[in-house]
Amino acid sequence: MKPPPFEYHAPSTVEEACSLLASLEDAKVLAGGQSLIPLLNFRLARPAHLIDINRVTGLGRIYERDGGVAVQALVRQAAVEDSDVVARVCPLLTDAIQLVAHRVIRNRGTVCGSLAHADPASELPAVLLALSGQVVARSAKGQRTIGAEEFFKGVFETALAPDEMVVEAWFPASAKPYAIYEESRRHGDFALAGVVRATDRLALFGVAGTPVLADPRDPAKGLEPSGDLEATREFRLHLVRVLVEKAMAA
Amino acid sequence: MKVNGVERPSPVDPRRLLSDFLRHDLGLTGTHVGCEHGVCGCCTVLLDGAPVRSCLMLAVQAEGHDLTTIEGLARDGSPLHPVQQAFHETHGLQCGFCTPGFVMSVVGLLAQHPNPTPEEIDEGIAGNLCRCTGYASIRRAVSRAAELSK
Repeated sequence: MKPPPFEYHAPSTVEEACSLLASLEDAKVLAGGQSLIPLLNFRLARPAHLIDINRVTGLGRIYERDGGVAVQALVRQAAVEDSDVVARVCPLLTDAIQLVAHRVIRNRGTVCGSLAHADPASELPAVLLALSGQVVARSAKGQRTIGAEEFFKGVFETALAPDEMVVEAWFPASAKPYAIYEESRRHGDFALAGVVRATDRLALFGVAGTPVLADPRDPAKGLEPSGDLEATREFRLHLVRVLVEKAMAA
Repeated sequence: MKVNGVERPSPVDPRRLLSDFLRHDLGLTGTHVGCEHGVCGCCTVLLDGAPVRSCLMLAVQAEGHDLTTIEGLARDGSPLHPVQQAFHETHGLQCGFCTPGFVMSVVGLLAQHPNPTPEEIDEGIAGNLCRCTGYASIRRAVSRAAELSK
């Protein structure tokens, strides 16, 4: 339960971080570390290089733009939880963030890190998808914007290239009605199943390899969730129907 | 980095977890290590005043920051910190393994909510696991700590 050896890099600018990503083989970006460090401790991840972006300047802002709210790569989830701007522009994100693990984890974990990690049971990717938000990725070659529908590719897999890092996530304003509901075995654990509603768009999480959009009239259509010790496939499908019903009543 | 107000030398090995650095390199064994993947909460310390899991941070990442561990709450010979006093008074600990983590989380909780509601107390201690004392007396400890902190 100790991280394997790696070479540690602590750049101080985005440019420096991107040039490291471009030149190093098998490098991982370390932001809040609340998912990556457990993976290192379990030795499920053994990157040759860790690029710790915590000392990078200019990535710590939450600000309004283009009718939504932008959250930069080093903004902690706790800061988003406490943000007046987020509460005013995108209260759905304020509600969702309180379901992410525990406050002590949120003090360190980042929003952009959760998106880049792309855990299929995690709340924030589904929020981004339900709202049609975007991720801003940077590499030594330049910057590009990736829509949520193109960003999540599979379990822990995104459209990011190996030399790219997320510098910002953009969440459109959440108009009413909006809601997020999930069911988990213990408070703060990953959801067995969850639903995010943003007006007439529904995104489900915990029931497929990525967050998925669903039809409110038949939300379980086409779903093939896996069964495990915590929940059978049938139970997950049942949860989807119940949670969607609840969300549609919001 | 400063630990409990004392400037400490930098960790040598980048893969050293902050929890191990505190315990093995600095001898501050009050920070306990349970699960080493962020679930149990035993290793919680304050980083610039906010509670964090020390098993989910590399020690090198604490460079330039202020850390407080359970040893830093009340110095030898001085009265207990209000949160420690409250745990003592309400039987908020039994075997004591989880206690340092609970105490540090509650210090953070009371900084955020000086007068926590029962829901805020439950939310605030939800990230810490206790297997023997029972959460009822830990909840009472949090309420008592809020009174003592006034």
